[in-house]
Amino acid sequence: MFNRGNIHLWLIGGASFFGFGFVKLATKPVEAAIAQSDSQENSAVVIDIAEAEKLYLRRCGACHSLDAHRIGPRHRGVVGREAGSLADYEYSPALRNAEFVWNEQQLDQWLSNPEALVPGQKMGFRISNGAERNAIIAYLRAQSE
Amino acid sequence: MLNGGKAVLSASAVLALSGAGGALSHAYASSGDASQDVAILNVALALEHEAIGAYQLGAESGLLAKDVLGVAVQFQSHHKAHRDALADAIRAMGGDAVDAKDLSEYASALNAASLSSQTDVLKLAARLELGAANAYLGVIPSFQSQDLAQVSARLAADETMHWTALSSVLGAPLPKNALTFGA
Repeated sequence: MFNRGNIHLWLIGGASFFGFGFVKLATKPVEAAIAQSDSQENSAVVIDIAEAEKLYLRRCGACHSLDAHRIGPRHRGVVGREAGSLADYEYSPALRNAEFVWNEQQLDQWLSNPEALVPGQKMGFRISNGAERNAIIAYLRAQSE
Repeated sequence: MLNGGKAVLSASAVLALSGAGGALSHAYASSGDASQDVAILNVALALEHEAIGAYQLGAESGLLAKDVLGVAVQFQSHHKAHRDALADAIRAMGGDAVDAKDLSEYASALNAASLSSQTDVLKLAARLELGAANAYLGVIPSFQSQDLAQVSARLAADETMHWTALSSVLGAPLPKNALTFGA
């Protein structure tokens, strides 16, 4: 489904995901870079993964890379990974002891306010813009397939 | 200082970050939890360590023209000043300042071996500076101390200045829209 370097992810909203709808993935190209709909029934959120990658680099790239631990742990494969589980990265004790698996909803909470999700962790960075969180999470999910 | 989870951010900590004789020359006290602020400052310090390493790798690459090298060294000196101020503040708040890694570790994590031209070096620097600007903006809401939040904004301004200068050298377009930093 995903083709690195030229990926388009089509998110269709309608139930409960990211707070506004479920997600359906497709390779259908889209025109909008990042477009967020109103949250009406069957409304759609369209994310261009190429643009989402640029956003990821801008927002997360100071501390994270996909394949190397830097200030923060590597990100490839984070969706579906147990929190604090990479043996060769020095997590905060709070995150090392966390007992959940990263999914889209957990990542959305984390990026909104990491301290609220895991008190005592060490990342203060927040993204208040929901559309940006959605795009970054979609990108991370694409790198975890 | 850290005191049972409650915080008193001393005047010396604020002064460390604001610079001697700076605008934040007043004592500051907070009833919040300083441990989270110290954690954020340590992440920022780790970021500054990496930035210093990245510019060192660029300077030692032999890929930079003399005039560009001068600017890179100047920017590195800014990051060293950030590093020193952050480390002093962390210690003044009773925390332990994180150490820098070996340069070889930064080289590996940043894939420095792939750099083959001045443009490659400048693109890496620009990417890191842009990320740093966003990082400093993105942590502002998490600070218990409003003084530290202001300092974070000042650090973001420095990183933005670096990114703008590097983008100019690279001939990269400036953002068409306003409010592209932070989110």
